[in-house]
Amino acid sequence: MSVLVDDDTRVVVQGITGGEGKFHAKQMMEYGTNVVAGAVPGKGGQEVEGVPVYDTVHEAVEEENADTSVIFVPPAFAGDAVFESLDADLDLAVAITEGIPTQDMARVNKRLTETDTRLIGPNCPGLITPGEAKLGILPGNIFAEGNVGLVSRSGTLTYQVVDSLTNRGIGQTTAIGIGGDPIIGTDFVDALELFEDDPDTDAIVMCGEIGGEDEEEAAAFIDDYVDTPVAGFIAGRTAPPGKRMGHAGAIVSGSGTGTAESKISALNDAGVPVGDTPEEVADHIEEFLA
Amino acid sequence: MKLHEYQAKQVFADAGIPTPASELASDVDGAVAAAEEIGYPVAIKAQVQVGGRGKAGGIKLVEDEDEAREAADEILGMDLKGYHVDRVLVEEAVDFTNELYVGITMDRGEGKPVAMVSTKGGVNIEEVAEEDPDAIAREHIDPAFGMHPYQARKAVYDAGVDQSIARDVSSVLTTLYQLWDDRDGSDAEINPLMVTSDDEVIAADAVMNIDEDALFRQPELAEMEEEAAGGDELEQKADEYDFDYVRLDGNVGIIGNGAGLVMTTLDLVDHYGGEPANFLDVGGGAKAERIANALDMVFSDDNVDSVVFNIFGGITRGDEVARGINEALEQFDEIPKPVVVRLAGTNWEEGMEILNEDLVTVEQTLEDAVQRAVEYAGEVNE
Repeated sequence: MSVLVDDDTRVVVQGITGGEGKFHAKQMMEYGTNVVAGAVPGKGGQEVEGVPVYDTVHEAVEEENADTSVIFVPPAFAGDAVFESLDADLDLAVAITEGIPTQDMARVNKRLTETDTRLIGPNCPGLITPGEAKLGILPGNIFAEGNVGLVSRSGTLTYQVVDSLTNRGIGQTTAIGIGGDPIIGTDFVDALELFEDDPDTDAIVMCGEIGGEDEEEAAAFIDDYVDTPVAGFIAGRTAPPGKRMGHAGAIVSGSGTGTAESKISALNDAGVPVGDTPEEVADHIEEFLA
Repeated sequence: MKLHEYQAKQVFADAGIPTPASELASDVDGAVAAAEEIGYPVAIKAQVQVGGRGKAGGIKLVEDEDEAREAADEILGMDLKGYHVDRVLVEEAVDFTNELYVGITMDRGEGKPVAMVSTKGGVNIEEVAEEDPDAIAREHIDPAFGMHPYQARKAVYDAGVDQSIARDVSSVLTTLYQLWDDRDGSDAEINPLMVTSDDEVIAADAVMNIDEDALFRQPELAEMEEEAAGGDELEQKADEYDFDYVRLDGNVGIIGNGAGLVMTTLDLVDHYGGEPANFLDVGGGAKAERIANALDMVFSDDNVDSVVFNIFGGITRGDEVARGINEALEQFDEIPKPVVVRLAGTNWEEGMEILNEDLVTVEQTLEDAVQRAVEYAGEVNE
């Protein structure tokens, strides 16, 4: 079982004619993802890897019943591409693009509240239900079918932790990379809720990092609503403070949250063990499942 | 990207925010001439990208030519928290009765811009936020509509700003938001916004941080970035190569892809008893040349005794990484520092075939790679 994506998902790849779009559309199809269309303005009528390309997402929906987009559009145009997915009323939009201006994402974020589309990302690796489908750039071969849900702010850290799990024979229901940008669609709390409601997810891994307060909020949510056991990891314990958070960021919250210590202690207080290394996270999951 | 004070003041002044008369100078005679032109008293302010300039001796108030000459001579060329001062801003000293704070930033928790006003300006506003958060009025802005005039007024009244200047402060706040919005700001702040005895407001300092991801549509500001570039040699090199790079105190050089994984590698170096020399994220989808540049960066840090390369490919491909490593190392007769490589993920097998194993130490797992690099760094120091 899975959350958000399975082998019925019908994918339109926005930006399929670009280098990354083409490479990863092919990889997704090889994995078994049902890629039904591409959407690139001015490229309608072409074919990429046997997939028909349309000028607009709307056409891909009309002609191919696409219900999910994966976005490989350059940063200057990616905000607009997300708007197009929302306007086409897709179930899910996954924005892989890195470097979308924050103000563009603030407007997207506002629009999201007015639609039923769920956004994953941007600046994320996407998500995968092992054995069924992957949306994005995750290396499919490291994942295995199983009963652990994983949510992470960092793409490559996701791979690292999954690798530790899979090597021990622990598979995953779905792994979601939510992205580390200041403004993202689906956050930890949303993902935890999905896994809590999924009967096949027996344990959850949550990988966070320094900066922002998302992990602290997730810890509070776990304390109140999540019965499925959760193990955590926080990257950046030795990183120099204040790198990504601007000066004014601290003034908004009125406190120095966002450090590894504050995140780890919030998680511990919610009963979530936090591993010192990716292998230790896998140890905790192994204990949960024993 | 952070503008220098003199640049931010120019941007603010162009938008209609009142700023003191000022002039930039890069030598003592120029500073004195500027002071004469503006009229004493003036403040002479070091133009470097660090906080707490005043306390560190980088800002001096002078009353006459002798003092101006002495202050300019002292400040120009000084080392301010590691930054070389090569420019000063000579600025009219404003006679003020009160100091306020106004700022706009992105509240990442809400995903919305927020306008902030406080009557406790002129001090470390972060401390105010910590100790007395209610002393700062906050008003969230709908990014689709922008700031309504009533919101500026509301923030100003909520902060308890005096009626006599409320209208002017609202106007400064509205202009600041417009600027922040138009120029893709991440933070725009005035601290202090001084109030004169004539009830005029004037921006005595100016902070403007620009969203790096939006520089492509802010060509004017991108030009200012060239001008603003500074910092130490390695940081300049990182700018040139366009890396996320932070120099640290240790001796294990770290290169990886993705901030979370690189941070994890740092944490593991620490966990296994080593000390990270740097944070270097090559980003997603790095090609061979970029990998070679990353090695060049880390090799140019004299503190580095060993290097650990940790790549878990998703959008980044192992074969490209291996090519870059070969390219960078094959130019040496002798490899300057031992390099440990761990490749996983997309195309890692192709990468392992390409990688010249005479030049590097290959490890299969992150733990082994980190431990090996820590070991090498320790041996050098024995």
